[in-house]
Amino acid sequence: MEGDIVQMGAYIGAGLSAIGMGTAAIGVGNIIGNFLSGALRNPSAAPGQTAMLFIGIAFAEAFGIFSFLVALLLMFAL
Amino acid sequence: MAAEEASGGIQIHPMEQFTVRPLFGGTELHWYTITNQTVWMAAVVAVVIVLFALGTRRRALVPSRTQSIGELAFGFIRNMIVDIGGKDMLVFFPHILTLFLVIVTANLLSLIPYSFSIMAQFAVTVTLAVAVFVTVTVMGFVKHGVGFLKLFWVSSAPAALRPVLAIIELMSYFVRPVSHSIRLAGNMMAGHAVFAVFAGFAVVAVISPVSVLAISAMYALETIVAIVQAYVFTILAVVYLNDAYHPGH
Repeated sequence: MEGDIVQMGAYIGAGLSAIGMGTAAIGVGNIIGNFLSGALRNPSAAPGQTAMLFIGIAFAEAFGIFSFLVALLLMFAL
Repeated sequence: MAAEEASGGIQIHPMEQFTVRPLFGGTELHWYTITNQTVWMAAVVAVVIVLFALGTRRRALVPSRTQSIGELAFGFIRNMIVDIGGKDMLVFFPHILTLFLVIVTANLLSLIPYSFSIMAQFAVTVTLAVAVFVTVTVMGFVKHGVGFLKLFWVSSAPAALRPVLAIIELMSYFVRPVSHSIRLAGNMMAGHAVFAVFAGFAVVAVISPVSVLAISAMYALETIVAIVQAYVFTILAVVYLNDAYHPGH
């Protein structure tokens, strides 16, 4: 047995914050799926909306990256 | 078996690759110290300059390969700005093209084995994002004066909701540079940390083929991520600039 209870808590917290990355993945999948279903119904309008697609992905993904950052801070900066 | 592996085999330090260290002896970091960071930043600048110097040396109607790479980047960014903000946004074209070229070159150079990922350093991406943020704010006030504050006053909302929305808009305005910079650095850092983790697994002979396959797959994914993140960073910069240039749209 080594380490202390603070470090144990930090590691558990890092693991919990990984849930945030998973939920961000759900969000990104949701965006892509909806874009694809819309694009298949009206393919001629799809190319004009790819910029919006990437902006949406970027916003949804930002929060996953935030939770990744929290995990990194808990593991290495605490 | 597990104890044997833990003691003898796997030693994974995924974050060690991001340490900035002096290349020519010494341990202290001064502003003039040549580190892996500065060397790779210089490499990025050199690649961009050489690409465009070679590309524009013999300009032809039928472009050579380097010229068509330059034309591709030029036209891509120009179309992006015109699509989002219209032709009068082209005053920001040099800034945006420079941002895109530096970020995409740095991301792609960092995929070379044993190289150093400069865009995984928060200091670098925060500098780029704050530059965009300051440009947006200063340009908004210079162009629109106090009217720039109407950006936070959502006139299409019911009057009772407007103060609440103003607070939310103000907060989201100041979170912009945070998410803008952390997105790029976090993506790069995550990708390179995953490489290091899988490379650490390759030490154990039994799972090394799986590990090598996984690294190859991740490499393909990271190549896409490198380009997409550069694209996302620049397109968000254009969107933010457009918000301040044409508020109320």
